[in-house]
Amino acid sequence: MLSRQWIHGWLLLLPALAFIFLFTHIPAITTIWNSFQSTPRGRRPSQFVGLDNYERLIGDPVFWKVLVNNLWFALGTIPVSIALSIAMALFVNRAFAGRSLVRMAYFTPTVLPLIAVANIWLFFYTPGFGLIDQVLGAFGRGQSNLLGSPDTALGAIIVVSIWKEAGFFMIFYLAALQAIPPQLAEAARIEGAGGWTIFRRITFPMMMPTTLFVSVNAVINAFRLVDHIFILTGGGPDNASSLLLYYIYETSFRFWDTAYGATLTVVMLALLGLFAIGQFFLFDRKVHYK
Amino acid sequence: MLANILKGAAASAALAITMTSPARAVDLQFYFPVAVGGGAAEVIQSLTDEYLEENPDVNIDAVYAGTYQDTITKVITAARGGNAPQLSVALAVDMFTLLDEGLILSFDDFITTEEDRAWLDSFYPAFMENSQTGGKTYGIPFQRSTPVLYWNKEAFAEAGLDPETPPANWEEMVEMGKALTRKDDSGNVEQWGVRIPTSGFPYWLFQGLTTQNDVILANSDGNETNFDDPAVVEALEYLVSLSTEHGVMEPGIVEWGATPKAFFEGQTAMMWTTTGNLTNVRDNAPFDFGVAMLPAHKRRGAPTGGGNFYLFEGSSDEELAAAVDFIKWITGPEQSAKWTMATGYVAPRPATWETDTMKAYAEEFPAVLVARDQLEHAVAELSTYENQRITQIFNDALAAAITGEKPADEALAEAQAQADAILAAYR
Repeated sequence: MLSRQWIHGWLLLLPALAFIFLFTHIPAITTIWNSFQSTPRGRRPSQFVGLDNYERLIGDPVFWKVLVNNLWFALGTIPVSIALSIAMALFVNRAFAGRSLVRMAYFTPTVLPLIAVANIWLFFYTPGFGLIDQVLGAFGRGQSNLLGSPDTALGAIIVVSIWKEAGFFMIFYLAALQAIPPQLAEAARIEGAGGWTIFRRITFPMMMPTTLFVSVNAVINAFRLVDHIFILTGGGPDNASSLLLYYIYETSFRFWDTAYGATLTVVMLALLGLFAIGQFFLFDRKVHYK
Repeated sequence: MLANILKGAAASAALAITMTSPARAVDLQFYFPVAVGGGAAEVIQSLTDEYLEENPDVNIDAVYAGTYQDTITKVITAARGGNAPQLSVALAVDMFTLLDEGLILSFDDFITTEEDRAWLDSFYPAFMENSQTGGKTYGIPFQRSTPVLYWNKEAFAEAGLDPETPPANWEEMVEMGKALTRKDDSGNVEQWGVRIPTSGFPYWLFQGLTTQNDVILANSDGNETNFDDPAVVEALEYLVSLSTEHGVMEPGIVEWGATPKAFFEGQTAMMWTTTGNLTNVRDNAPFDFGVAMLPAHKRRGAPTGGGNFYLFEGSSDEELAAAVDFIKWITGPEQSAKWTMATGYVAPRPATWETDTMKAYAEEFPAVLVARDQLEHAVAELSTYENQRITQIFNDALAAAITGEKPADEALAEAQAQADAILAAYR
């Protein structure tokens, strides 16, 4: 009897399990295995090289540069887009004329494909006749070359990512706000609490599960969203705006150095794994679930 | 009733058989990229259809494969999976990469007659430099280009320059650039003198400068680079000085894609870009413009660029012979003339320029001849083993010098050291 239930259980699990293994676990294991091999070239098959690829990684200045870039990218996008999405959610949670229109406007960047968005921003950033320069020019400012200068290229990429992401996170915060019982705020107000106190003591803590969810997503996005780099800078100038995933793509599919690409991917997997574990174990204690 | 249905079915089956093209002896797959605007993909499709009509025993499936980068990715992926196409157009500079992957075949094995040999010898030598190595031919030039200088005649006249005379050398380009650079009252530049785009693949236009400074960037075996040669350093210092010292070019990385638009908008009075933009400029420039060879320094010079036909390993001899026949046909004078007029690519054989179609076109629009005449001074585009990576290292060094992060000599010395480390395996 027990064994029959057991078989039933596994049969029910099988389809999902097969897909998870086929598309997630097996590729991950293959990637780790490949990172210990050399890249096969037509005339030279791949061979086991132990930790050679990892030694090369440690000595690769471009790897360290994209890693540091990626940390700045994460630091630049995550807090700002979360703060912005909370502000937008609070704003459109109130009743006012044209509320649906504003909600839609905030959400539009999420719906647009990132490549299309990047092309729009490319026009904004274009020196001389781009939108930003035309507006600044009206105030007597000269040309700027935001994408073409190593000091500003990464910042310009970060702005596009925030613009793209914030509206998406806003939807989750909006849902969370509407799930908070209004009596709590009313009771606080009777006790004489101001708007800021209500937000700090009631609204924000009540939204903590959403913040956890959003921040996990934001961290993943910080390592995952690179489409716009293809259009805006191609990682340049001199890798100033290149991120880890973009470097992985270049290494694997432009340079065809698949073994080193696998090594970089292992680093990325490890990093994301660490972040996820950290977030769930540390952050989780402060999250109040109903 | 049943008999009627059966009869009907048989009739329609018979119809279907006669409707489908007669059994094709050979099935070919052909990948091609499109890197310029306009209807390039339609032109390739219509040329292929024309060939199929003339050759009923061959079937060719022409597959549009995206950009050059997408195409090479698709071809290598397909070949690794055992489904290589018989032929494909891909960047001429990827020859060593494809050889190293063991994917391509030399055309010499399919050259049997005197006539075939003459065909192989009939291409401009400048284009063959990127198509041959070790005495064998691996690529047949098809959509090939070279950079030229475009200038705005109205801007020249306004600046008090002769609108019919473009700069002939580096010094003149700076002098004219100074006359052409115009500032408003608060000192902001309204019109730059010259624009040499440096985003994405700066090495290509920069190779114009190095060639003019009489230095070659890589050997013909593709395993040695000269990035730290003093003449290369000098060329890079000249490029940097255009914005830092002389103030005739926009500082920082200059976007490739926005360059024609900047020219149309009057943001720059001269631009360096590919001859592949010729039809675009002709259709969109709101002023009278001229096209000239790149200015000279120690000599005249420019790189070539663009795509070649390659033959892929893994098909029967019969299929490959059919593929070679198709390539011979599509590089023929009349077909090639159609292709050049539709895109602006330089027809790769002198015979094309002798056709009546092409002569009439050149008479009406003489600018198309500039690129062809420049071929005499052109050299092979930078191409090595692990080409994409080597050029990326070189691009990064150029970007570092252009943005002022590193001095030219230091950036180039580092690039040379990195390139040496990779290419050592191929010597």
